[in-house]
Amino acid sequence: MIYKVISKTEFRKFIDAIVKQNTAYGPRQVDTGRGGKPIYQFTAVKSADEIDFDYSVTHSSAKHFFLPFRDELSRFNFEDGNWEQEVHYEAPPIILIGLRPCDISAINMLDEVMLHGPYPSPYYLARRKNTFIIGMDHLPLPDCFCKSMNRHTVNHGFNLFCSDIGDKYYLSINSSKAFSFLKEFMIEEPSYEDNCLLIERRKMIKQSFETNIEVTGLPVFLDIEFDSPIWQKWGDKCLSCGSCAMVCPTCYCYSVEERFDVDLKGSSRQNHLYSCNLVDFAQVAGGHNFRPRNGDRLKYRYYHHYRGFAANDNQQICVGCNRCGRTCLADINPKDVINDLRLERESCMICVSPSPLKT
Amino acid sequence: MNHLGFKIDKMKIGSFDFTCCEGCQLQLANKESTLPNFLGLLDIRNFREISSERHDDYDIALIEGSITRSDEIERLKAIRAQASVLVAFGSCACFGGVNSLKNRIPAEEVIKGVYGDKPIETMPSTKISDIVTVDFMIPGCPVSKDEVERVVIGIVTRSLNTLPKYPVCVDCKQRLNTCLFDLGEVCLGPVTKAGCDAVCPSGKTPCLGCRGPADDINFPSFLQLVKEKGLSEDEMLEKLTFYNGFADYLDHES
Repeated sequence: MIYKVISKTEFRKFIDAIVKQNTAYGPRQVDTGRGGKPIYQFTAVKSADEIDFDYSVTHSSAKHFFLPFRDELSRFNFEDGNWEQEVHYEAPPIILIGLRPCDISAINMLDEVMLHGPYPSPYYLARRKNTFIIGMDHLPLPDCFCKSMNRHTVNHGFNLFCSDIGDKYYLSINSSKAFSFLKEFMIEEPSYEDNCLLIERRKMIKQSFETNIEVTGLPVFLDIEFDSPIWQKWGDKCLSCGSCAMVCPTCYCYSVEERFDVDLKGSSRQNHLYSCNLVDFAQVAGGHNFRPRNGDRLKYRYYHHYRGFAANDNQQICVGCNRCGRTCLADINPKDVINDLRLERESCMICVSPSPLKT
Repeated sequence: MNHLGFKIDKMKIGSFDFTCCEGCQLQLANKESTLPNFLGLLDIRNFREISSERHDDYDIALIEGSITRSDEIERLKAIRAQASVLVAFGSCACFGGVNSLKNRIPAEEVIKGVYGDKPIETMPSTKISDIVTVDFMIPGCPVSKDEVERVVIGIVTRSLNTLPKYPVCVDCKQRLNTCLFDLGEVCLGPVTKAGCDAVCPSGKTPCLGCRGPADDINFPSFLQLVKEKGLSEDEMLEKLTFYNGFADYLDHES
């Protein structure tokens, strides 16, 4: 890693130059919500002016740049009673600007699942290798809980990371490509003061979290709570609409579909990002559904995120961005579900040894 | 036709309209890029939007529209007797559709409002499956040609034919749309069957549920959410009854 500083004006010039010469995506206000709140998404940008550098958080994550919602895995061509399969892994190079530490951590987590398992995904690899990531830090929103998941900082998985230290950005340069781009612009060695400002900035971010979730020992805790009535309680609220999984930066479950061309001379095999909350996620051939109840489906999503599955090395995959909580129309969020679960267990302890009543 | 070494037959198809705007049938003549190939899968025996020939030896009957007259019942039963596969197609055929709006008003008022003093026979709008057995439904107002193509190909190649079971929210989130509830609108996306690529919410128009309910929806939670967001319950009800797709849920609630 190389550390440099750049003035914000010069930084805009740098961004403008790379955005104009490449296919780039950055945070941009797309709507104004009820109560005047800006709504941001990562959208295609053609100049630095189109980027909202001081945005809060995007509604959807950057996952779909690596795992498209619908992706063609292969094409089949039928001829003379025979068939041929065509597979393409090419991904055009893109630049992603403004990813938060939690977003980059999420991609690092997807790397574990998609690249380091027994069956690495060439589709994912192509996109990952061809994506240039510029990260930016930010002050947490009141409902961000990435610090609880220890994802509020990130030290790999990006090409360049920018910390806001007032009039300048403190740059962590993590690739030779980023360094050679930046060499064309006015960058300086960080001064003693810049270093102090960076430490201050990091301290301030760390101290600004208002939402904390106790995740220590959560995997064991979840194992114990497998049959808890809490799951059905939250399941009764769940609309099974899959919105949480769509906006989540780490939900990677998918289904595979095959579609014929209308001329019947070919077909396409596609994967489609799915959600374990959707009603037929666990339905198998013959029609049996292993998880017909909302509560069971919701439980498995929490297990995948906070207990971990063997496929992802029993790691918790939640990064604490709370996008799921913000998007959920039924007001289900990890903080409340996990606290509810813990509370239930604590009240159970009280039953065993009651505290004296207040007089 | 030959497909992967299997001989496949063109679908002997008849398409029939009842009380409707015929917009769904017109959709079948749309999407020019694949139209010749699509028609190549069909042996059109009776389809007035596409051909003036009339034959009664069809195997597959597409039914558009709802039933609002007694003579329509007889005609529908005759079609059912001929067809080996009957597809209810479009929201009117599947649920009663927009036509069902008149069911809320006394028949005399409806007739007077539309036809004045001219006597006319009409009954409450009913869906096709209230009269005959329906083998397959393709909902939508209008139907999506993509989906029709998939279903027709499924029947022709005898492969698995399914519609999405999940709600519109999945498609909508995948298009990175702003949730219309965040903009203060009542949208039926969370309870409506997906497969339309969230075309209405993508144009910032709330979903009116033309595709009917998704499988196993959480209707009480949906009612609760509209209430908790402080949105108009009348507006919600208006939307839920618009295509008559949620009749079973509403009857259950009241």
